[in-house]
Amino acid sequence: MDKLLSARNVTKRFGGLVAVNDLTVEIDPGQIYAVIGPNGAGKTTFFNVITGFYKLDEGIVEFDGRPINGLSTDIITRLGIARTYQNIRLFSNMTALENILVGQHPKLKTFWAEAVWKSKRFQEEEAQAHEEANRLLSFVGLRGQGDTLARNLPYGAQRRLEIARAIASDPKLLLLDEPTAGMNPNETAEMTEFIRDLRNELGITILMIEHDMRVVMGISEEITVMDFGQKIAEGNPNEIQGNPAVIEAYLGRGAASGLGDRSSESEPAG
Amino acid sequence: MQEKTFNWRNAANYGLIGSVIMLYFSMIGMVEVFSTRDLIGDFFNMGHMLLYGGAIGVMLFAAKRITDHGGNFWLSTLIIGALSPVLPILLVILSLNFNLRPIFINVSPPLNELITLGLEPAAAGLVVFFIVTLVLVALTAAFTRLPGKIRSPLTTTIVYVLSIAIFSELIIQILNNPLIFGGFRLASLFFTGKSLDLIPAVVLFIGFFGLFYWRGNREPKAAAAPKTRPRLDPRRQWIQLGLIVIGLAVAPWILGLFLSQALFEVGRFVLMGLGLNIVVGYAGLLDLGYVAFFAFGAYVMGVMTTETTLNMGGGVVNFWLAIPIAVVVSVLFGVLLGFPVLRLRGDYLAIVTLGFGEIIRLLALSDWLAPLIGGAQGILKIPNPVLFGIDFNSPQLMYYLIVIGALIVGFVSIRLRDSRLGRQWMAMREDEDVAEAMGINLVQTKLLAFAIGAGFSGLAGAIFAARLGTIFPHSFSLLISINALALIIVGGLGSIPGVIVGAIALVGLPELLREFTEYRLLMYGILLIVMMLIRPEGFLPAEVFKRELHAGEEQPEFSGAVAD
Repeated sequence: MDKLLSARNVTKRFGGLVAVNDLTVEIDPGQIYAVIGPNGAGKTTFFNVITGFYKLDEGIVEFDGRPINGLSTDIITRLGIARTYQNIRLFSNMTALENILVGQHPKLKTFWAEAVWKSKRFQEEEAQAHEEANRLLSFVGLRGQGDTLARNLPYGAQRRLEIARAIASDPKLLLLDEPTAGMNPNETAEMTEFIRDLRNELGITILMIEHDMRVVMGISEEITVMDFGQKIAEGNPNEIQGNPAVIEAYLGRGAASGLGDRSSESEPAG
Repeated sequence: MQEKTFNWRNAANYGLIGSVIMLYFSMIGMVEVFSTRDLIGDFFNMGHMLLYGGAIGVMLFAAKRITDHGGNFWLSTLIIGALSPVLPILLVILSLNFNLRPIFINVSPPLNELITLGLEPAAAGLVVFFIVTLVLVALTAAFTRLPGKIRSPLTTTIVYVLSIAIFSELIIQILNNPLIFGGFRLASLFFTGKSLDLIPAVVLFIGFFGLFYWRGNREPKAAAAPKTRPRLDPRRQWIQLGLIVIGLAVAPWILGLFLSQALFEVGRFVLMGLGLNIVVGYAGLLDLGYVAFFAFGAYVMGVMTTETTLNMGGGVVNFWLAIPIAVVVSVLFGVLLGFPVLRLRGDYLAIVTLGFGEIIRLLALSDWLAPLIGGAQGILKIPNPVLFGIDFNSPQLMYYLIVIGALIVGFVSIRLRDSRLGRQWMAMREDEDVAEAMGINLVQTKLLAFAIGAGFSGLAGAIFAARLGTIFPHSFSLLISINALALIIVGGLGSIPGVIVGAIALVGLPELLREFTEYRLLMYGILLIVMMLIRPEGFLPAEVFKRELHAGEEQPEFSGAVAD
């Protein structure tokens, strides 16, 4: 099967620090893929390498069969990779609708100057874009809040708006950086369902960074575990839960959390 | 440390601040210069307004603090009122006993006369000055204590009457205009010289107060109605637009020759402001070298249409042909400047563009380019535009050109703002990295902002050159960039009506009040500081900035309507 994203032997250094070290991640189309690991493991750096925000030092990133490393961020987005951010980065002084309209940017084709004389093509495209934006707002449960400033939306709504903005460009691959960070259990459950819907209904392949183990184990089909920039394990949720290296690196010795509790029954940490 | 209660020491501080302000305006000569201009009768002039304005302003500011922090209101007022006149009094005493003029050239007999209210001996005058200041401060304090029902119409009335007195020249022009009132010199009923007579002033005061009081008491009913902003139907908008166009068309004929020149200046800065608004207001790129593009426009116009220099099409190329060339050249240079600064942000961008503006000015001044563009002597005898045999030789006709230019540019600005490109600019202003991750090509978007802004400025420059007939390098100083930037900040960044208001406030008003000319920069500085303190979003803010700066004060609204 052709991989949608194939990052092979990726290395990114910042001076003497090796943030991502010889990492290989391959994602099938339609997969929900999770990257997990302790803080500072290099997960977000890996995202930034994929989206072209950082230039990688070694290795290759192929998307849809063509190498994308070295391309600039906007071109990579146009090829079909969209992302959200760990700390929400909406255009906070623009309305929800405007945020999504900006997200649709790669799809809009009219020449900028056509706006001056409002050509028919321009008007049609704008009308279509607004319609599409409203449809997306409804899809993420923000119907009727298009005129609200992004900053005034509740936290969970901001997260969903950021995803709506990302999928507005019709991406093939969506990178979610900790989509449930800072959410309560209810919101987290909703977000989990929502991510599943994204894949099932829109057919978007998802690569996410996530700390909440219930989310990771609940929806991801394949997991890569990173520590100190390196991949220490890879596999489906069951394999990862049972992997002693993961438990030690990720949780530390004797740490108590969802994963720790569950896996300590079969295999004590350390 | 924060004081819980407002004690006498705070009051004394405010009193001293008031005193320092009065002293400062006196010693820089502003009071004296302003005192040559009578406002009401021959006993109240602009010098008085400025002098007492310091103490009154401080009292207005302090009143709220006193009430907020539970101070003794009338005692504090007394302290402020008694301390405010102290420093000016000391100044007068000193200047009567020592000759201060070798050092402080503005500490002059006319200033003393103004402070002592022209009374002899000076000591008696100083006592009266002290009492007058105290009474004025007390009245100000009492004013802040009035119930709002009386206070707000009173405020409006005072502002109106003072405005009529200050802008008497404008009103006299209109009242004496032979086109409207025939040969009848209506103004002589109200004004002597430029000063409003006492009786009309009192009549106006009572009339305005009555009117505003009546309207104020009527208002609660209207306010009770649901506060939905009615959507303007297009027909009404067209009517409004028509009225504006008619107003703009007749304005120079009502206002006469001199004020038409002022209008032209306003129009020129509106044009520049609209361009800079795209660069700074929409795209968030702080450009301090904006005058360079204005210079390109002006020099292209000069070089193309005159015969004296290298004869580049001189005599063949007329104004109308040179205009598009000037715009295109400015756009090209806009792109050219854009390239090296693409990667710069914020302060760095400002510094580099500042340098660029200076380089262009120095190039214009240089001997190297002198054969082409005249060096320090500039370009002379730029011909007037001619259309259908009409020579645009009067300020009124040139005013029309600049208005048409501003209307076109304003229209283009609005259309672009509401388009994909406008959203690109705003997204880039909000967060450059994320904008790029949305697939926005930053290079293209930034260059478009620079190029379009430069084009607008070039248009202004070309019309300016044809209007003046001569251009010199010193017409393109850094000050023009600062002016343009200040006016869009005062008007409200990113707001098109704001540009117009800003241009009227910062360019139009100083033309009307020539007393200000010498102190123009000082006034800019004061105005900008005051604006930043009390209304950082500008007079007529774009919605976005209003929201940004008053975050938390507003309630999120959930309306289903979608902007079209």
